[in-house]
Amino acid sequence: MKLFKSNKSAGLMASPYIAWALIFIVIPLCMVIYYGITSADGNLTIENIATIFKPGFFKALKRSVFLALISTFVCFILSYPLGMILSSMKLKKNAYIVTLFILPMWMNFLLRTLTWMTLLEKKGVINTIFEFMHLPTISIINTQGAIVLGMVYNFLPFMILPIYNSLNRIDENVINAARDLGADSLQTFWRITLPLSMPGILSGITMVFIPALTTFAISSMLGGSKILLIGNVIEQEFTQLYDWHLGSGLSIVLMIFIFINMIIENLADKGGVNK
Amino acid sequence: MKKILERIYLAIILIFMYAPIFTLIVLSFNSSKSRAKWGGFTLKWYTQLLSDEAVASALFNTLAIAILSTIFATIIGTFTCIAMIGLSAKVRSILMGITNIPMINADIVTGISLMLLFRFLHIGSGFGTILLAHITFNIPFVMLSVMPRVKNINFYVYEAALDLGASRSYAFFKTILPDIVPGIVSGALMAFTMSLDDFIITYFTKGSGFETLSTLIYNEVKRGIQPEIYALSAIIFIVVLALLFISYRAPMSKAKDN
Repeated sequence: MKLFKSNKSAGLMASPYIAWALIFIVIPLCMVIYYGITSADGNLTIENIATIFKPGFFKALKRSVFLALISTFVCFILSYPLGMILSSMKLKKNAYIVTLFILPMWMNFLLRTLTWMTLLEKKGVINTIFEFMHLPTISIINTQGAIVLGMVYNFLPFMILPIYNSLNRIDENVINAARDLGADSLQTFWRITLPLSMPGILSGITMVFIPALTTFAISSMLGGSKILLIGNVIEQEFTQLYDWHLGSGLSIVLMIFIFINMIIENLADKGGVNK
Repeated sequence: MKKILERIYLAIILIFMYAPIFTLIVLSFNSSKSRAKWGGFTLKWYTQLLSDEAVASALFNTLAIAILSTIFATIIGTFTCIAMIGLSAKVRSILMGITNIPMINADIVTGISLMLLFRFLHIGSGFGTILLAHITFNIPFVMLSVMPRVKNINFYVYEAALDLGASRSYAFFKTILPDIVPGIVSGALMAFTMSLDDFIITYFTKGSGFETLSTLIYNEVKRGIQPEIYALSAIIFIVVLALLFISYRAPMSKAKDN
């Protein structure tokens, strides 16, 4: 390849970004870690990170993990059949109908969440309709259910898209071959379709689980002020209590979760390929 | 029978996705401030919205940051991807690893880390800090979309052009650049939408008194939803639909020309 006269000129061309990545990605991350493992007087401590095990904090973390898992699961259950139906329709690339399912993604994230505030309020749209039909009214707003609903509504497209793409890429000949060799449709699904769509499922899970685990806007809008998630706790440390050390310590805990998620995804992905 | 069930399933999901949005659009024409009662048709929330200076400046800030961060991120990202060809495999994989960090990491951590950096450097928060933050999280989207194109470049064509007497830069613009332009365009589009939609990173890097649409809505909501916001939602939804429609028509008309 003779695009560059030497390695040096390529390095020169990449240097602005290398500098940018150092200043705005690497150093800030090191600062989070530094603040997280030091106390206000500059001594090393693990207290900030260990705070996560204190009752209030641990409860918020457990609740976040629990709600994020439920939301991810619901998104998966809704998206997989949808992906299968869409891919069985043999659409052209970028068909209108597929875009229809991911279009809400382009509407502002806060407006999407606000929609559900309007619908679920005590005197909101849904209850008004229920009253009109003489049905008992519901009160979901400010409950964990409302938060899950908000997460599913917001993050569903992130699950639909990768699952649809991975299902759409499966070579039909492979499925026909399985059928020819005597597999029934359930066997074909378990042994062929599901394993081949694994990469899409995994990236969908990551794309829903991480934002759901770390959100603070959805919980503060739909969960009221009483149901705190770990994202809300961290946000308060930085914007209201100004305890950067504790906030950074808790952020390190979040990063550990993200890291574990990444490892699981990598392992599962490799396993799928080797089989 | 199976077909019908499938159609019903698609319809249910679509209703789940769009019924809430249409409710907002209906409410934006409701003259009663209450969500529970229809007070007649009105356009007053739209006129109020259009004369609202806070919304106008937030909209301006949002668009300015989205456009500028897209331009910078596209230029830096594209140059870096091309430079990657000439770098050793080790440097390349380290650089790609670092580039992946903002994509994998939670937005709240990215936002906090940048906030700590700006406070440490005593950079006053506002337009500049948000712009720097948006460029930072947009570059990976551009690189992710340009990189596959760069990997598939056919260098024989480039070398042939050189053999036929083209200068390096002429050969680059005539043989290599056209190959990667689709990647650059889709990366830029991705960066633009990511910037428009971002709330969390903006929230931590904005400082007080400076608002984008996202942070403005967040503040408004905490004080109680005004029907103006419904009008804003309706307008944004229509704009998104229109842009989508245009983007679908554009490639088709080009294909016809060919």
